[in-house]
Amino acid sequence: MSPGSLFVARVLSSRTVWISLAVVLAASTLPLYVSGYILGLLTVAYYFGVFSMAWDLLFGFANEVNFGPTFLIGLGAYTAGILDSLYQPPIAICIVAGAMAAVVGGVVLALPALRVRGPYFGLTTLVAVLILQNFVVVAAGLTGGEIGLTVPDVISIDDKVNYWIALGFMTASGAILFGLARSPVGLILQASGQDAVQAGALGFNVVKHKLAAFITSAFFSGLAGALLMFYLTSATPGTFVDVTIGVQVIIGAVLGGRRTILGAAIGAVFLIAMGETLRPLGDLATFIVSAIALVVVLLFPSGLLGLLTRTREAA
Amino acid sequence: MNAPVAFPHLEVKGLTKRFGGLVAVKDIGLSVKSGEILGLIGPNGSGKSTVMKLIMGIERPDAGSVRIKGVEVAGWPSHRIARLGAGMVFQHSRPLYRQTVLENITLALLPDKLLRLFPDPAIEARARTIAERVGLSHALARRPSTLPFADLRKMEIAKAIARDPQVLLVDEPFAGLTSKETAAFSELITELRDDGRAVLLVDHNVKSVAVLVDRVFAMYVGERIAEGTAEEVMRDETVRRVYLGGRIETAARPESSFGDATPFLEVEKVNVFYGKAQALENVSIHVHHGEFVSVVGLNGAGKTSLFNAISGLTPYAGEIWREGRPLRGLSPAAIARGGIAQCPESRELFGEMTVRENLDLGGQHLEQAEREEQANWLFNLFPILAQRQGQMAGTLSGGEQQMLTIARALMMKPDLLILDEPTLGLAPVILEQISKALERLRQTTPITVLLGEQNVTFALPHADRVYVLEHARIVWEGDPNRFAAEAETGYL
Repeated sequence: MSPGSLFVARVLSSRTVWISLAVVLAASTLPLYVSGYILGLLTVAYYFGVFSMAWDLLFGFANEVNFGPTFLIGLGAYTAGILDSLYQPPIAICIVAGAMAAVVGGVVLALPALRVRGPYFGLTTLVAVLILQNFVVVAAGLTGGEIGLTVPDVISIDDKVNYWIALGFMTASGAILFGLARSPVGLILQASGQDAVQAGALGFNVVKHKLAAFITSAFFSGLAGALLMFYLTSATPGTFVDVTIGVQVIIGAVLGGRRTILGAAIGAVFLIAMGETLRPLGDLATFIVSAIALVVVLLFPSGLLGLLTRTREAA
Repeated sequence: MNAPVAFPHLEVKGLTKRFGGLVAVKDIGLSVKSGEILGLIGPNGSGKSTVMKLIMGIERPDAGSVRIKGVEVAGWPSHRIARLGAGMVFQHSRPLYRQTVLENITLALLPDKLLRLFPDPAIEARARTIAERVGLSHALARRPSTLPFADLRKMEIAKAIARDPQVLLVDEPFAGLTSKETAAFSELITELRDDGRAVLLVDHNVKSVAVLVDRVFAMYVGERIAEGTAEEVMRDETVRRVYLGGRIETAARPESSFGDATPFLEVEKVNVFYGKAQALENVSIHVHHGEFVSVVGLNGAGKTSLFNAISGLTPYAGEIWREGRPLRGLSPAAIARGGIAQCPESRELFGEMTVRENLDLGGQHLEQAEREEQANWLFNLFPILAQRQGQMAGTLSGGEQQMLTIARALMMKPDLLILDEPTLGLAPVILEQISKALERLRQTTPITVLLGEQNVTFALPHADRVYVLEHARIVWEGDPNRFAAEAETGYL
């Protein structure tokens, strides 16, 4: 048996994979019986799920706190959007360009940031968000500034199609990120995050592995940002770049469970669903959602999914 | 089998490392041949661990050469040095807690490639072989957090030898192990040497590694002081002076002269654990009112743990009484306010405040006049501090900082002063000044002192009574005059 087929066999024997598959299958039938409003909500939530999963790869595995997920998301969304509004190439090209822009931006940011120690990596990423936000406002001619950028094209005007695209994209991203995290490189990445000195003494180039993780995270964030851009058809700094959006991505990941990848998606979807359900309460809704997040983070630091897996391991 | 290689596997020349103004390693040269174990020893702060980090590329040398299998590696990052054929067994490491022991060992065998996406069964098989070699076959499927301490160390050795390094660095191999476990580890390290590896062991004293090493290289404050067989180094005059000092004049008062029915401090059968490692094992000591008691022991013996237990900073099993009343349950702040002042090893001064402000903080609870009087008395005890009153504490020399630490604790007018390694990293001339101040303190005040030291020369002269702490246990108690005859050989 080749290493590849052995790995596939091992994956197929994992309970997590089967449960996730069942959940995805059930979710794919939703358009048959729920309203377009709920579909729209979940479509956005699924893209946030990808944001959170990509963030967990950095936080949970590389042990680097990226306070600027929206730097990568915003780069992807705005690059794709600007390209489309200027030249109208095929949408696929815009989306790929968005993902690439996030990767390039991510590398430019991570290369110097990964060399500084302690909290400075996080601070650097936070500053990057502020710079991007200011750039969007200053270069209003190109980006639409505070008023927003509107793209002339959409992938589809059908709610159901958009929903399935988002679900499929989240499933594929989740499978790739989860697989990566469980693979031998994922193991090296975890070791680099946990004890960088020892990982170096074991022969691993810690900066290389963390940079690769950052690139992967940037790629999925940018891709998801670009796709969301073409779903929403407009972007403002407040919807794609603002620090509060980044905070939501982070809380989603932490709420779902650090170092689980899949938990991050659950957390993000849960956050958006809760926020929407409680919307009639007005400002109180944000307060309640934040309070729930705080309680989970304080009482169950391993998050919703972490809690489940731990009980199973103990059994 | 390969014939022994002619050139040394590890060769270090003129190695120097500075941290700011401190020269941690000064012009060190050593070599380890294939199939040889070199013990690198030195007291706390001697620079031995820095030498090891410089060899492994964890720290970057300021000058000098490091050759591994003939290749110059000084200044290389550690992953390249590791791949060339050096491995290091860490004393403290954070393994992957969510993975099994087998996965932890497998990790160490993985190639440093980004596209290794599928596990390789051959690597896993090799990990099993290595686990068997170090005696971990029984624990492959367990998680590191469920392992006993000795097995965790075995896992670290397994990781370090996974890539079959020809140069193996081992940091304090026996710290925290029982004597039986120590014997098993010695055997394992000997086997690794007999495979033709060059092994460098770093430890505090000759005694702990004597049976294992082929040669010993001794360091003190960054410099080489002796080199040779274990016996030669133990006989060496400089080594003896560093560890034991010269002839020591003692002035002990007999224990019967302290007429208190209940000692000021009683520690009874105290045990302290850090995770799986036992820092104190059934430690019992007592200190009378006005007595000066020294606890001597090497770095890692448990001195700081004992003091932290007394000050309420670390949880413990057993009992600690102050004048017959238990201290358990009191907060560290309450214990300190009650008159037990600890001068920690790390000093913990407020570096951004002046000498005077540091002192005033120590004497916060005193009335203005009383504070003034206490400060003046301390300036008398440490005249240099009077001159430095307006200077930032962080800019003082190491010796001045130590004096300020002691003075700040004395501002609290404590009943018991606990001094944790005041001599750490200080030059002999400074030690003498601090030593004189302690002597005056002892003769002119009724204060009770508990001193923890690895420097025997400093610890004995003032002591009325001495305890020797070794591997978490009290192994000797007695009059300082009897120390040389009874406890010295065990200490070196």
